[in-house]
Amino acid sequence: MSDKRFTGTDCYVATEDLTTAVNAAVTLGRPILIKGEPGTGKTQLAQEIARGLDKPLLQWHVKSTTKAQQGLYEYDAVARLRDSQLGDERVHDIANYIVKGPLWEAFELDKQAVLLIDEIDKADIEFPNDLLRELDRMEFYVYETHQTIVAKHRPIIVITSNNEKELPDAFLRRCFFHYIRFPDKETMVDIVEVHYPGLKKELLSEALNVFYGLREVPGLKKKPSTAELLDWLKLLLAEDVPPEALSSDDRRKTLPPLHGALLKNEQDVHLFERLIFLNQRNAR
Amino acid sequence: MLVSFFFALREGGLKVSITEFLTLLELLKKRVICFDVEEYYYLARACLVKDEALYDRFDRVFSAHFKGIEQSFGPAGADLPEDWLRKQFELGLSEEEKARIQALGGWEILMETLKKRLEEQHERHQGGDKWIGTGGTSPFGAYGYNPEGIRIGQQGSRHRRAVKVWDKREFRNLDASLELGTRNLKVALRRLRRFAREGAAEELDLPDTIESTAKNAGLLDIKMVPERHNATKVLLFLDIGGSMDDHVRVCEELFSAASSEFKHLEYFYFHNCVYEGVWKDNKRRHLHRTSTMDLLHKYSADYKLILVGDATMSPYEIHYPGGSVEHWNEEAGSTWMKRLLDTYHKAIWLNPEPVNRWPYTPSIQMMSELMEQRMFPLTVNGLEQGMRELS
Repeated sequence: MSDKRFTGTDCYVATEDLTTAVNAAVTLGRPILIKGEPGTGKTQLAQEIARGLDKPLLQWHVKSTTKAQQGLYEYDAVARLRDSQLGDERVHDIANYIVKGPLWEAFELDKQAVLLIDEIDKADIEFPNDLLRELDRMEFYVYETHQTIVAKHRPIIVITSNNEKELPDAFLRRCFFHYIRFPDKETMVDIVEVHYPGLKKELLSEALNVFYGLREVPGLKKKPSTAELLDWLKLLLAEDVPPEALSSDDRRKTLPPLHGALLKNEQDVHLFERLIFLNQRNAR
Repeated sequence: MLVSFFFALREGGLKVSITEFLTLLELLKKRVICFDVEEYYYLARACLVKDEALYDRFDRVFSAHFKGIEQSFGPAGADLPEDWLRKQFELGLSEEEKARIQALGGWEILMETLKKRLEEQHERHQGGDKWIGTGGTSPFGAYGYNPEGIRIGQQGSRHRRAVKVWDKREFRNLDASLELGTRNLKVALRRLRRFAREGAAEELDLPDTIESTAKNAGLLDIKMVPERHNATKVLLFLDIGGSMDDHVRVCEELFSAASSEFKHLEYFYFHNCVYEGVWKDNKRRHLHRTSTMDLLHKYSADYKLILVGDATMSPYEIHYPGGSVEHWNEEAGSTWMKRLLDTYHKAIWLNPEPVNRWPYTPSIQMMSELMEQRMFPLTVNGLEQGMRELS
């Protein structure tokens, strides 16, 4: 077990509550479940833990069709069937047709790895239940070859969820849990500083005003998130938009420049335009 | 102390398991945190709470349990006599009183007043609402209730703020019993998802193919299955107009959440109670009505019925023919409700009125009886209960 503690990295700002939760998970070698609004850096966290603690990273992106078994291993029956019909010699050893999944690979490594199980809520409702023993004991049994795979070093497992499906209690009991809250303005300044060092102060403060103002607009379908703010700033820098263009007087008359990076569907843009219209009328 | 915290959490409605508690103890033994109450709070939360909707509840229990214990976590750097600030009694202030205290002014005003008070005061003091001491509602001293208060002799916390993280209660919005937004609604409605294989066979069924190939002595025998999709069918009846005007926004959100969530969703409007006709377009409600009888025949019994309305009306509108406020109805509302419920066995009524007002409205009681008590408040919790009833 490494004595190093995760404290965030040079390009990831971790709040105190997040580092406490991560360090707890690292110490005990138990999975940590991360929830939060889209775009608050859930997936990036795993990459940064790997970087910060200098460990290899394995990723397992879950889709609606993913089965828990695929994380362990897959038995390629079709390949074996083809080989058998072609009379290939390999067919006699079933181990030739076992394809290792990310969990197996993480268990096998000679040093502790970071394993990201991304968007676990996208999978079938039974998916987390099928992984209970594997995550708890960090071992599983391969029926085809009759061997038990035990983790050499318990990997640091980071699981992310967007809350689309509720996860079963038995699964939650085995994890640590952290909800990434939307960062407040101070933290946001830190985050932007990490990504765009030396950004003009006025531009940043104006941009943040516009950004938090947008998040306050009631009824938006998708509130802009951190990731979208960073994209938008990148665009503003690339286009060399002066800070004055963002000041609130202007905003009342028009949409913020390059709003496409922040507002992601036409209802929201429409709603915002209507609000601007109302503002103008009130101003008169 | 920690064991009693564990039980306090369970009493507070958090289902904390023994294994989770043991995990926390193991972490404490391994010295993951220093003796810092704030880190302890974060650690305990990561171990014991697994749903952000319960964060607020956890904050409340934590704050009640550890009020005044923070001192034991760090060196008490007090200039004042120790026993002077010792905790004497727990306070039970009402919400109103708390609100009044909150309005005492900002930090600087408090500091200034503190200086003045310290000059004026020379004796030990306890209780009351002006002097520095313990257990009172004055902003100065310790263990009292003042959210903006200054703690004397309690500088154990690194951040030296009297308003603790858990006292800020930043997760209040996420508490499930509160109002809901479209997203919350969607999550709750997802409980109804039932994936089924229906329609044309177009996916390769690998296990079945392997099995039948094996049975077929090794000759390939391909098996197909239909694709899975959500097969839940929902019939949504929305009350519109009159007393429902207050709840339009909530109903709109429910509707937009429901329409994106179900493949088979049919919606109709009614006013106060369902009678012989319902309509789809509220502007042309008098021109284009659909006969309720036709609906009963058109939509099969495996549809799930969700009625949304405040059920606030005169009892005549439910029980008597001709009771409707809009038109002459041949048959009583209750007769039509019974017909609906006889056809659709899975049915619930969602009521946007707050539950505590239900007992005072006779028509809500009557409707709830008609629904065989399957009436739920239109909150996230209520919706979840309702979906459980339907699924």
